[in-house]
Amino acid sequence: MSEAAFYPVLTEIFRDVFMRDVALRPDLTARDVPGWDSFKQIEIIVALEERYGIKFHTKELDALNNVGDLARVLAQKTKT
Amino acid sequence: MSIVAGLHWLPEPQDWRARLNALATAADPSWESAATLASLRLDFIRTNALDATVRSHFGTAPPKGLATKPVRLAILGSGTLAHLHPGIRMAGLRRSVHIETYENDYGQYWQEIVDPASALHEFKPTTALLTLDGHHLAAGVTAGMEAEDVERSLREVLERVTGCWRGLREAFGCHIIHQLPLPVHPALVGENEQRLPGSRAAFLARLTAELRARAEIEGVDLLALDRWVARDGLDAWHDPGMWHRAKQEVALPATPVYGDLVARLIAAKQGRSFKCLVLDLDNTVWGGVVGDDGLEGLVLGQGSALGEAYVAFQDYARELSRRGVILAVCSKNDEANAVEPFEKHPDMVLKRGDIACFIANWNDKASNIRAIAQDLNIGLDALVFIDDNPFERALVRRELPMVAVPEVSDDPLGYPRALADAGYFEALAITDEDRARSSQYQANREREALRASVTDLPSYLRSLEMQLLWRRFDQIGLQRTVQLINKTNQFNLTTRRYTEDDVLAIMRDARSFGLQLRLLDRFGDNGIIAILIGRMANEEDLLIDTWLMSCRVLGRQVEPTSLNLIAAHAQLLGARRLLGDYIPTKKNGMVREHYVKLGFTPGEADGAGATRAVLDLGSFVPADTFIEVREG
Repeated sequence: MSEAAFYPVLTEIFRDVFMRDVALRPDLTARDVPGWDSFKQIEIIVALEERYGIKFHTKELDALNNVGDLARVLAQKTKT
Repeated sequence: MSIVAGLHWLPEPQDWRARLNALATAADPSWESAATLASLRLDFIRTNALDATVRSHFGTAPPKGLATKPVRLAILGSGTLAHLHPGIRMAGLRRSVHIETYENDYGQYWQEIVDPASALHEFKPTTALLTLDGHHLAAGVTAGMEAEDVERSLREVLERVTGCWRGLREAFGCHIIHQLPLPVHPALVGENEQRLPGSRAAFLARLTAELRARAEIEGVDLLALDRWVARDGLDAWHDPGMWHRAKQEVALPATPVYGDLVARLIAAKQGRSFKCLVLDLDNTVWGGVVGDDGLEGLVLGQGSALGEAYVAFQDYARELSRRGVILAVCSKNDEANAVEPFEKHPDMVLKRGDIACFIANWNDKASNIRAIAQDLNIGLDALVFIDDNPFERALVRRELPMVAVPEVSDDPLGYPRALADAGYFEALAITDEDRARSSQYQANREREALRASVTDLPSYLRSLEMQLLWRRFDQIGLQRTVQLINKTNQFNLTTRRYTEDDVLAIMRDARSFGLQLRLLDRFGDNGIIAILIGRMANEEDLLIDTWLMSCRVLGRQVEPTSLNLIAAHAQLLGARRLLGDYIPTKKNGMVREHYVKLGFTPGEADGAGATRAVLDLGSFVPADTFIEVREG
């Protein structure tokens, strides 16, 4: 799947985690979204791991800066 | 991918987002409607969302008119605790228990326990959950240590933990739950890890064993996470990545189950565990449909794996009944067909005598389950109904949301696991009463048979040869007393809930009395069936603070006989009048006229419908009953 293909799922997960719609774009960062703290970050990560049956590398998580990074890592990890 | 420890016994939500949204946008939603959502298979995200929605409606104070005692839970620990709150609160909601939570500043559990000026002391917990993670407990232990140094460390940690328990008890007199650590350390030696004294894995294993023993001595209830790791695997419970990132000992996906474990202990402490397992028969207790396939056509017993699986389920149900869970049957069948396997099939583990209430007819199951609750004189919220048929499960859930209906497949292999994992029958103490319960229900049926054969009530009552044994509250009966005070809803004049410490305070108070009444008759011992608490309200008046009775013994003159006892004890304290309060609840309408029937002068009702009736002891003549009374 391409990176763009992950945005619908990411949007759904963000809506569940933040209980409101969050307009996602590649350069969106935690600073731009009220309530996106380190706990919410973990919730998003764990939800994605469960959804796709994957495990993020510690290095991958440390390097995440924005939503675009997240989509890119997802695309790489789910490539078969 | 790891297996997730989830709430697999609860049904998968349909239209989750729409239902959550309906709750969120409702003007004045009921606590019950929120509880219905909490009774679905929620993962951690849904749990968090429901928790936030519930808090936005109800705030942090318990809703009015709740039958259960609100709980103030302090979560005290060494790691990150914030992710544990929603799962615990929502599992409380699932059991209709309002739980307000608190956590200590990061790592400061000990300081907050000992400092009377701490926020913990301001919070005043009624329950404390102590969760000390494995890394914290084994800190300082290394493979290079001598055995005696390891031994000293072990003693120190044990003293520290026990010190926390005692500190909590002294400061708050609260219920204490200790969560055993997850075995997070990888092995250094291997299969015989215990041979290296300084192995942290071995240290934690020893510590866990010692904590089990200490908890028994100190009266602390355990949350045995090691048991769940054995069931699900460590990966389902602990994520090293999230430990390094956020110091979460319990992994996020496991937090709904974790919360349920905490809430079931809290509910059990209030005497609100489920009491009765209602069994469907065809394709639940045996394979096949007895009305169609006949006795010989049933799949049951040796010869097939499926037949053995049904035997294993029956065996589990019988073991549950031997430890105090009541068994009932609710089956769509002609009664004769339904009973036949119990009496004639050689591979049946369950016998007719194991079933306290047996209903087989063609009415709908919700009505029959109501009839079972009525027949056994227990609340619908004490029933668990197991059925292989999804239609019947859905019907009972819709009609009777307070009945627990585990989500199971039609493969009997999973039935014992579903019941065990759901923790419906969680018990903190196994009393002799629990073990004798099935035979008590059996004796009840024999009494009914006698009643049918004797023509008039007085001769029936006389023929029962009843004896009422009264005792003041004592340590031996303490558990049972607290259990009755907290679970009796129907015959309960004031529905005041008391903890062990409250009961101990009554025992110490010279101007109060607390009595436990036991009823014996020719069919056996009914156990403790009534609790009476009186206290002097002033120099002249004794207030009947609590009068509750098991509905099993209704209609047997226990009420007037109990009044004789109250009057006698009140006169010993110098009372001239008795004051009898009635505080109405959803469930205690049956005792509205209780005091009037006993000859009290009724009083005016206040705004909430509570009344105070008065009895002048100067002119009181003790009732003459067929019950012999003595202390014992």
